[in-house]
Amino acid sequence: MLQMIPPKETYLSIRDLWKAFGSFIALKDISLDVKEGEFICFLGPSGCGKTTLLRAIAGLDLQTKGTVTQGGQDVSNLPPSERDFGIVFQSYALFPNLTIEKNIAFGLENAGRSKAEITARVRELLELVGLPDQGRKYPAQLSGGQQQRIALARAIATNPGLLLLDEPLSALDAKVRVHLRHEIKELQRKLGVTTIMVTHDQEEALAMADRIVVMNHGVIEQVGSPTEIYREPANLFVADFIGEMNQIGSSVAKGGRLAVGEKTFACLPHGLADGTPVIAAVRPEDVIPHEAGYLETSGNRNCIDVQLAEMEFLGSFWRCRLTNKRFGGKELIADFSINAVRRLGLEAGCQMEIELPDNRLMAFPVAGGEGAKQ
Amino acid sequence: MTDTAQDMLPSGPAVKGKLSRDDIIMRGSMIIIALYLVVSLVFPLYAMLSKSFSTYRVELSQYEFQVSNEAGRFDGTILTGAELNARTNTFADADLSTGADGRLPVTGFFPDFSFRSPVMYQIRNTTDTGRFLIGSNLQTGTDWVTLDSNTFRRVQLRPVKAQGLDNFVSYFSTPALFNSIKNSLWIAVLSTVVTVSLAFWFAYALNRSCMKYKGVFRLIAMAPILVPSLLPGIALVYLFGNQGMIKELLFGASIYGPIGIVIGSVFFTFPHAFIIISTALAISDARLYEAAASLRSSPWRTFWTVTVPGARYGLISAAFVVFNLVITDFGLPKVIGGQFNVLAVDIYKQVIGQQNFEMGAVVSVVLVIPAILAFAIDRLVQSKQVALLSARSVPYEPQPNKKMDRIFFAYCTLIGIFIAGLLAVCQFAALIKFWPYDLSLSLNNYQFDRMDGGGWGSYVNSIKLALMTAVAGTAVVFFGAYLVEKSKGFRTGRALFQMFAMLPMAIPGMVLGLAYIFFFNNPANPLNAIYGTMAILVVCTVTHFYTVSHLTAVTALKQMDREFESVAASLKQPTMKLFARVTVPVCLPAVLDISIYLFVNAMTTVSAVVFLYSPKTTLASIAVLNMDDAGDIAPAAAMGMMIFYTNALARIIHLLASRGILKKTQAWRSR
Ligand SMILES: Nc1ncnc2c1ncn2[C@@H]1O[C@H](COP(=O)(O)OP(=O)(O)OP(=O)(O)O)[C@@H](O)[C@H]1O
Ligand SMILES: [Mg+2]
Repeated sequence: MLQMIPPKETYLSIRDLWKAFGSFIALKDISLDVKEGEFICFLGPSGCGKTTLLRAIAGLDLQTKGTVTQGGQDVSNLPPSERDFGIVFQSYALFPNLTIEKNIAFGLENAGRSKAEITARVRELLELVGLPDQGRKYPAQLSGGQQQRIALARAIATNPGLLLLDEPLSALDAKVRVHLRHEIKELQRKLGVTTIMVTHDQEEALAMADRIVVMNHGVIEQVGSPTEIYREPANLFVADFIGEMNQIGSSVAKGGRLAVGEKTFACLPHGLADGTPVIAAVRPEDVIPHEAGYLETSGNRNCIDVQLAEMEFLGSFWRCRLTNKRFGGKELIADFSINAVRRLGLEAGCQMEIELPDNRLMAFPVAGGEGAKQ
Repeated sequence: MTDTAQDMLPSGPAVKGKLSRDDIIMRGSMIIIALYLVVSLVFPLYAMLSKSFSTYRVELSQYEFQVSNEAGRFDGTILTGAELNARTNTFADADLSTGADGRLPVTGFFPDFSFRSPVMYQIRNTTDTGRFLIGSNLQTGTDWVTLDSNTFRRVQLRPVKAQGLDNFVSYFSTPALFNSIKNSLWIAVLSTVVTVSLAFWFAYALNRSCMKYKGVFRLIAMAPILVPSLLPGIALVYLFGNQGMIKELLFGASIYGPIGIVIGSVFFTFPHAFIIISTALAISDARLYEAAASLRSSPWRTFWTVTVPGARYGLISAAFVVFNLVITDFGLPKVIGGQFNVLAVDIYKQVIGQQNFEMGAVVSVVLVIPAILAFAIDRLVQSKQVALLSARSVPYEPQPNKKMDRIFFAYCTLIGIFIAGLLAVCQFAALIKFWPYDLSLSLNNYQFDRMDGGGWGSYVNSIKLALMTAVAGTAVVFFGAYLVEKSKGFRTGRALFQMFAMLPMAIPGMVLGLAYIFFFNNPANPLNAIYGTMAILVVCTVTHFYTVSHLTAVTALKQMDREFESVAASLKQPTMKLFARVTVPVCLPAVLDISIYLFVNAMTTVSAVVFLYSPKTTLASIAVLNMDDAGDIAPAAAMGMMIFYTNALARIIHLLASRGILKKTQAWRSR
């Protein structure tokens, strides 16, 4: 993708970073720039190295190779205590024997602040995270969500330049999670603090991040805004990992079209040579339904006839399983609006046609090797 | 941004982290505590080991002599010491192998010698290593020294130090010595079998039956921990000794010897076996019993297929712990062993009785081998048991069973009578005026100042030692455990530290004490100044009981969130602030446990300190030993019971203090 001129200064810059645990390489040649005030999510499957990268940025587990520059200063080999960050762990790591107030005040002490200043700051923070009257309680007396907010308050108490969050929401139940998501995002916007959050929940990443860093097996697969990542996945891994994606075996035909059986489809540009075996990919919600015979009448060559094998009502739309022997025994999944289903009179077993829009149909090389599109 | 990048780490040096102030403080402190362990453990053991291989032999061939005629003229005939000895047979070969202090007079080589004769003598070393004394002047040169007869009789040959296996050879060629190996092993195995069997059924009754008064039985079972191991010996003397109350029960056999040692060993090792087996039984899984019941397995079969295998690690571990306790114990066989020699007592006899330090070191080395083996196997087994513990299991709920509950109750009562009975006998003995002739009650036996052993001063010293050990030991052990658990990087250093911390448990007290003599009583050692002071007793006791304390601390620390230190660092707060404000308060229960453990053991320990006390630092436990040795058995029993009451009181205070402090500082524990 084209790099736009950054609206803000680069705050954190990671260059050629490697991390090895013995002979196992957990991070391979990572380079990444984070702009001031940005909210970044590290997203990827379990074990891909998200936490490792976060801890390298914090200096908690030093990288084996590479540099980290923060706010213009090379911090590559500095211990955590000489870097500028606040951190929230999955376990929150609240001090169990100290009250909430004392937990938050912990980092404010020995920095030349008076007692009154500290008390005032603690009160301000408690209000900021929406727990103004819980200060005298102990961590064990709060709910998980409340503890999480206290951990956040403690981390931002000293106004760090960088806020690091390692799966801060994963210990909470679904409802609290969605709620806190917005609160954290809101808070981050208000404070303008550069934030990196680790998560393996793509919904969380899509909802919160300015930019998402998709990782797999110790490498960065793609960096981009949520819509970029979703709309223009750089490779099959990203396409498959974020959202749902139909994958149909295919090959590149003349003019860059995609051949599925004897049919060819127009698709987004991919730059692959003719004859390359590829995966044709389209998201379920991008499939457009038409009545049988539409191809004849409209001449739209990106249409194909299918049988509607099964349909399932999911509240705001219908999830339909479509078959055609050209799909190689696979079903194509499509999400149709309630309106469309009613208009076209769709029901299980009926014949219909679908359109795979040429600006939504993507092609990826089979082995997952080289990135498909630039 | 794809993974075409090669998967090989680029060459070149890895990023080297800059150490923070905290890292430096923590590493520095860790090195200091590791050095403490090196000085208080590794160096002394090394000194002992090298002592066991040190041989001292007078090399007669390294000396040459000349004798003048009556007129004082030498005719030039030179004879070596070896030739002279061959001619006169003055010394047998064994006489030439001596200790470090060995001295041989030389006048025996000359049958005509008279200190009044005008005959002159000349003597010299033939090598630079040769040494002999004239009076107290050491002669090392190879020049001839001319002496008149009167001076010549003050010449003494000194041995040459060498390294070799001679001491071991002479150990294994002396049946009186190496028979102890067999004796020790035999006693240890027998005591282990008896204790573990008894403790198993006791623990089984307390965990798996619905009998009454479980709390009382538990309390009684723990009582032996509070007394020195030699106290049951004294009780047994009163019961079965030559004038014993019920000596007929032995049918003529003597309590002095293996019988006494085994009974006493069962007494003092019982609580250790009981705790371990009880823990193993408590964690076994109820679901297995339900499964067995649903398969209509008979209770007996269930016992053998479910209960015993479930507790097997506990049983094995208990067996090795008991074995180790018995084989390294010194107090009990000293009091009741009679002519039956065991290794731990041999060390004492060699060192204190015969001043043969090299042989003491040899016996120590021999004793360390089974002790280390037992220790190693126990660690191995315990690491497996931990894995069992962490598995999710449902605790077993016993069902009432009138008949079985009654049988178990009877059994536990018998054990209870055995333990409480021996203690009661001691107390009784202490209060009787003069057994068996005058049975009136009196406090005469508490007038310790009239007996050997240091009097009431010893008791005060013991309490001082126990308090100092508890305070200093807890501080060092807990801080050391914190550093090794929570500091970052420094892998090798931490692994070494862990090893040093585990080592004391494998070293028998007698061995440690003797090693301290070799190391600290060496005038060349700058630490020589602490020899004979209270300080060396504290150091020795802390080190002796380091391992269990360390493990307690590590277990508590492992339960702390791993990220506390990271949070503190990110907040730019010193780690030591975190340690003081969070770690110590949260681990307070463990800290208190360590301190009471050290206190009780410092009160009861005999084996290590028996070599190290001085007239100013006599201890209560040693006083028990010495008064018993001197025949003052009743006062010995009285002093032993004083230790018991002191420890019991300490435990009660510990309990109350724990509760009080927990209530006050640990409000956060409750929701
Ligand atoms: N201290 C360590 N020693 C050896 N291997 C490690 C260590 N820490 C992490 N790893 C390995 O490095 C890889 C990346 O671990 P990391 O914790 O960064 O994953 P993650 O992306 O955060 O996963 P999750 O979502 O499960 O938290 C994993 O394969 C892990 O096993
Ligand atoms: Mg992680």
